[in-house]
Amino acid sequence: MTLAGSNLSYFPGCSLATTAKENNASLNSFLEHFDIRVSEINDWNCCGSSSTHSINKSLALSLAARNLFLAPENTPMLIACPGCYLRLSQAKMELNESKEKQTAYESLFDKPFQKNIQLLHFFELLVNMKDQGLLKGLDGKLKGLKIAPYYGCMPARPPKMNKEKNHYGLMEKTMASLGGESVRWPFLSTCCGTFLSVSRPGISENLVNRIMQGAIASGAECIVTACAMCHLNLEIRCRPENRLPVFHFSELLSLALQKNGSKEWFKRHLINPEALMKKRGLV
Amino acid sequence: MDAIVMNEGSKNFAGEVEALSHANLHRCWHCLACSGGCPFAQDMEYLPNAVIRMIQFGLKEKVLKSNTIWLCVGCNTCSMECPNSVDMAAIMDALRQMAILEHSEIAEPGILSFHQAVINSIRRHGRTHKLEIMMKYKFSEKDLFSDMNLGLKMLAKRKLDLLPSKVKDKKSIKALFKFSGGIS
Repeated sequence: MTLAGSNLSYFPGCSLATTAKENNASLNSFLEHFDIRVSEINDWNCCGSSSTHSINKSLALSLAARNLFLAPENTPMLIACPGCYLRLSQAKMELNESKEKQTAYESLFDKPFQKNIQLLHFFELLVNMKDQGLLKGLDGKLKGLKIAPYYGCMPARPPKMNKEKNHYGLMEKTMASLGGESVRWPFLSTCCGTFLSVSRPGISENLVNRIMQGAIASGAECIVTACAMCHLNLEIRCRPENRLPVFHFSELLSLALQKNGSKEWFKRHLINPEALMKKRGLV
Repeated sequence: MDAIVMNEGSKNFAGEVEALSHANLHRCWHCLACSGGCPFAQDMEYLPNAVIRMIQFGLKEKVLKSNTIWLCVGCNTCSMECPNSVDMAAIMDALRQMAILEHSEIAEPGILSFHQAVINSIRRHGRTHKLEIMMKYKFSEKDLFSDMNLGLKMLAKRKLDLLPSKVKDKKSIKALFKFSGGIS
């Protein structure tokens, strides 16, 4: 598909609609620059999140399925959050595997199921953009910025889905093409603790601080995250001595476009990145 | 670990877990890759591979009462590490559902109430409303102060919205809960 001028449907998910509005805004600003048009899925609902999946599988499938049935036909669905992407992909797989479930949901939603609906995680879109040469000529803006790329548990998935691409290295390559330097460090795919950050903060705090210390020890000036949940956990459970600015991947991409960085995004960060941005000429 | 008394076993436990999880736990050869990779292993009563062994031994009560099944967040790191593609996260999902359905003692009631607060928020709005979830959870735990400063800071930074982001078609969300049997 040709991306410039293309239309995608868009599933933002609860985090991007609320706590991580800066992730949503910077992602949209980045896509607008390339004339990739996205329209939010009308009246989408929560993908079910870890909590539903943890204790009620049937409800988890129903919540994810409603979004799949709301999606417009013949339009790839862009999903920004790795968690939502996993939930919706699992639901698509489950419905394709069971004729019985498919029929039950078709009669519940009174619509045929789109068996081949294309679910597109933002990373996949970025790979396509790179392949089409859209990211050329943007080099230099992040020059010298030392970045710890943090994937969290995004590349991990159930064995049934282990043939899917995991995009390890994409953040490093993209940052390098924009002039940033990725450090080598050990915690790039260590889970942030997700919901334990609320229900067992001590556990999450230990994990988060180990991750932050790892980034600091590797010489990084900032961490870049692929997931809004990781971003929030790193910011809220980090102890004062381990504070390092944390950017959403989409924020750094937008900053590299020079004209699109917005101060409003960074005001919402709990760890203020402004001093670093000034130092590196990013404001 | 204490000696395991074999005569307390529930014979078909492994079969039940396999039926619910669709995972083949007999492929596990106890190489400990899952346990070595698990970020939560140090806080778990039993390591993930030990849970598989205990299921094979039929130690249902011990497994369902353990904190291991609640500390697992389903990050799938174990699945990436496992050389035999055992779907450990699906096994943990199945064990949690069994613990709830069979009214086992819940080792981490706080984690369960958090999940319930999230699901209730989805039931009301179709989406998660973080402020409401945090408040309800803190009330249910009678712990209003531990994260008070953090909450205020998040409000000041507008990380927490006072009003929820909502689905308009509330009826359809109600229908989903009806269809799926609400909270298990």
